[in-house]
Amino acid sequence: MEIPGVTNAYFLRAALNEIRKARGEEELDPIDFMDLAEERLKLVDWGPEILGRMVNARFSGGEKKRNEILQMAVLEPRLAILDETDSGLDIDALRVVAAGVNQLRRPDKATILVTHYQRLLNYIVPDVVHVLAGGRIVKSGARNWPSSWRPRDTIG
Amino acid sequence: MTTAYLTDFEAASQNGGSKAPWLTGLRRSAIERFAAQGFPGAREEDWRFNNLNPITSRSFPLAPVAPAALTTQDVARFLYSLPGGCALVFLNGRFSPELSTPAPKIEGVTVSNLAAALGTHGKLLGDHLGQYAKMEKSGFTALNTAFGHDGVFVHVKAGAAMSGPVHAVFVSDGSTAGSAAYPRNFILLEAGATGAVIESYVALQGGSYLVNTVTEAVVGEGARLEHSKIQRESEQAYHVGTTHIHQERDSHSTSFSISLGAAICRNNLDVVLNGPGIEGQLLGLYMGRGRQEVDNHTSILHASPNCSTREVYKGILDGTAHAIFNGKVYVTPEAQKTDAKQTNRNLLLSDRAKVDTKPQLEIFADDVKCTHGATVGNLDPLAAFYLKSRGIGPLLGRKILTYAFAAEILEELPYPAVRSGLESLVNARLEEGTEA
Repeated sequence: MEIPGVTNAYFLRAALNEIRKARGEEELDPIDFMDLAEERLKLVDWGPEILGRMVNARFSGGEKKRNEILQMAVLEPRLAILDETDSGLDIDALRVVAAGVNQLRRPDKATILVTHYQRLLNYIVPDVVHVLAGGRIVKSGARNWPSSWRPRDTIG
Repeated sequence: MTTAYLTDFEAASQNGGSKAPWLTGLRRSAIERFAAQGFPGAREEDWRFNNLNPITSRSFPLAPVAPAALTTQDVARFLYSLPGGCALVFLNGRFSPELSTPAPKIEGVTVSNLAAALGTHGKLLGDHLGQYAKMEKSGFTALNTAFGHDGVFVHVKAGAAMSGPVHAVFVSDGSTAGSAAYPRNFILLEAGATGAVIESYVALQGGSYLVNTVTEAVVGEGARLEHSKIQRESEQAYHVGTTHIHQERDSHSTSFSISLGAAICRNNLDVVLNGPGIEGQLLGLYMGRGRQEVDNHTSILHASPNCSTREVYKGILDGTAHAIFNGKVYVTPEAQKTDAKQTNRNLLLSDRAKVDTKPQLEIFADDVKCTHGATVGNLDPLAAFYLKSRGIGPLLGRKILTYAFAAEILEELPYPAVRSGLESLVNARLEEGTEA
């Protein structure tokens, strides 16, 4: 989703403050917000200039994915669903995205990764794996399990 | 109701009228022109969507001289910090040196008020005034030519450059209710010159007055003009204005038009490309709420080959506001390789707001690229969902997306102070909602 006319900084602060309000926390003024944002930018290996750009407008595919991770880092959702966040990423962008996800892992936050590829799981080691086929979970297992598993073996 | 204007004209010419015969003659022929043709009516194609009745069914005598008690404090909120620039303040149509800041002295650059320039640059004005914005075009232009006595005057000689924009601030004070002011501006940039003018139309308080303004700008060969018009009249007032930009070969112009105020606002913008290699940009933003009517009529005459123009006008309408956009692009047979892009986008925030938008392309050359597009719609539900999925509720989301729609125009303004001033104004308007 591209939103020309709204800077990343404005968008992130507005979203964060709406969430903080809902949680009964104090809103962040622009200066405190910038401190927080600059710290979180490090997770995706970005400089502050990205905050002045319009939300996703004229972003490359990789930049959009990185921006998603940045949003996650700033907004700190209790549950994040990353749906095919690895699709169309080159290996460098994939590393950055994976590193971001890994650093945001906390016992009180959950992340659901949806992927078709093993590749992403070389960088993010899941706690639990569920295999979906035909709209149902057909297999579940523990971490490291998918590497030995061949999808074509079970389906059909 | 035309007779009141004729009487007013006679009184004004007896009472300290012009000394220069050319000016006396120009004004006289303008009032005669007005007497013969009167105000435009809905039968005329260029005015068929307008309801001019509130303006034409009564007469607006010349605005009184403003009380001298006003101080710089009173007008400070209308001024911007413009590095290298200056401000000329006009009260009820009359120049106020006390409230103005002096123009920086630069070789080859003259910035003054028009009334003073009639003395210092009489010959130059005699050659140009009224030659571009023709009195024949409408009764409003004729009336302005008859009564227009002051405004901003800019003359930049060949190769010279202004150090910053001149901000002409036309202030209507509380005493102007029921009366009219006729700002008249003239800009001449000679070959290779650079200049920038910002016109602001503001009110100290509400009131139902009329401002009828005309600006003529001549942009010489290879010269560059930045022209901005910011219309923030009282929401009970009437504003009718014509800006005429005449460009010579290889020149460059950008016109910004921001309309926020007035019960009825009509902006005419005429751009004439009179030589090859010219570039022109026409950017506009208008907002209407309550029962405001805002009309932008733009016309671009591509009369020479290899010129390009880009036009983007955007509108945000709430309440029962009514917007009109008419974008004429005329390409003569000589104007091969013309590249003209026109876009008009409108955002309707209420079910009862209304837009009449009409692109009007008349193309008589065969090797040209001319595009136009007009949209009228609501906020993008997908964008609203995206914001919601990140925790931003519907109220704030609507405000953010509406603001973003306007920001596309505002962010192109070249002066940071004007940009942030307008950003706050637009945000304040969105906060206030539909109430006028």
